[in-house]
Amino acid sequence: MTYNFTVSPDFNPNHLSGWFIFNTWLQKAIGEGIHLELFDDFDSQRRAIADNQFDLIYANPYDASLLVREKGFLPLVSPQNKSDEAIIAVRADCPAHVVEDLKPGLRISSTDDPDVNMMCMIMLEPCDLSAENTVLHRSDTYVIVAKNLIQGDADVGFFLEETYSELSNMIRSQLRPLVQSQIQVINHVLLVGPRLIHMRETMGNALMTMTQEEKGQGVLESLGFSGWETVSEEDTEFMIDLMDTLED
Amino acid sequence: MVVDMSPDDLIGEHREVLLKYHDGTVRQVLVTDVETPMPDGRLIVSRTDPQGLITHVNQSFIEMAGYPEEELIGAPHYILRHPDMPAAAFKMLWDTLKENKKWHGYVKNLRKDGGYYWVYATVIPNIRGGQLMGYTSVRRKPSRTKVREAEELYRTLS
Ligand SMILES: Cc1cc2nc3c(=O)[nH]c(=O)nc-3n(C[C@H](O)[C@H](O)[C@H](O)COP(=O)(O)O)c2cc1C
Repeated sequence: MTYNFTVSPDFNPNHLSGWFIFNTWLQKAIGEGIHLELFDDFDSQRRAIADNQFDLIYANPYDASLLVREKGFLPLVSPQNKSDEAIIAVRADCPAHVVEDLKPGLRISSTDDPDVNMMCMIMLEPCDLSAENTVLHRSDTYVIVAKNLIQGDADVGFFLEETYSELSNMIRSQLRPLVQSQIQVINHVLLVGPRLIHMRETMGNALMTMTQEEKGQGVLESLGFSGWETVSEEDTEFMIDLMDTLED
Repeated sequence: MVVDMSPDDLIGEHREVLLKYHDGTVRQVLVTDVETPMPDGRLIVSRTDPQGLITHVNQSFIEMAGYPEEELIGAPHYILRHPDMPAAAFKMLWDTLKENKKWHGYVKNLRKDGGYYWVYATVIPNIRGGQLMGYTSVRRKPSRTKVREAEELYRTLS
């Protein structure tokens, strides 16, 4: 039997090949065939997930909720020291220096990344900005969000911190972070589904010893991770509860 | 479990208020008018057991409440209750939680140094395998307008 693996579409494009390298490594490590399928957007991936097409998912915190609570997925690991944080950025010459300087009618440029959008909208709440009095423009990638800002087509842009810090120097020098989240407990998690759950322990062991072998080290590097951390069911349940409190 | 507040911990002029909590505990609290604004982009997180005794706090909680972690773990969550908060608000909180539902509200909290901070709080029951294991509360920086509305409302309730 071949199992199916997918990665949350908000993965860093610089590490795209890393996920294929990882999948090759994983198949060897556990002696099972796994097919990796990547998606460009959240909607088509969600439809495939709803259709129970996947057995292994590197999930964003938002989707983890549905997968664990409704689809019987269990957590394996999260990347070490890598929590999901969000940045609201402006153009470098923007007169706003704190969120309170922002006004209704604000033009927002964002991707369709659900947890980043949620965290950023929360950071706008203190100045009474919400979906009702702002204009949201969705773009396909963070690079386009950055361009929208630079060209003056948007007042603020929503970014995943990791992606923001990996924008080219040329782009970043024209932008300025206005506010940044420090939540620390929200992160992506590798989840294993019902058909593959019998391999949970084997996979967990293989992943946790990756840093001890040269091949594994290289694979981690291609993903941009320093290693993995074991995630317990309670860790994930706690994160899901936390996400739930942020939803409204 | 909770001790009276000490003038040594205070910053600024204070008034004394005797608070009586739902479990019969009476505590003298010292209150100042010094507000500590909630920092941007942070969340204050705590967890309690089903009775409301604190089992976990994050770093932002410790900084905003002004108590060291060891004084918080095991303490009842009312350790942060500010005398300006009406009992009705917390009755609604507990009534909602008892139905296993999520609660939201604007809360003025009392710091160890007598000052206060406003938050927008959400409390959610932690259900595991159908069992209630405790509660998690997450607070974020509130809208100034909403805080002013809550201030008005709470004045009429207490
Ligand atoms: C998870 C959780 C978090 C709470 N957080 C607070 C808080 O930050 N401040 C507060 O005054 N009460 C908080 N409460 C409510 C207290 O348990 C308590 O009901 C309230 O302080 C009023 O105290 P009293 O009913 O004993 O007078 C929280 C309750 C729970 C379950």
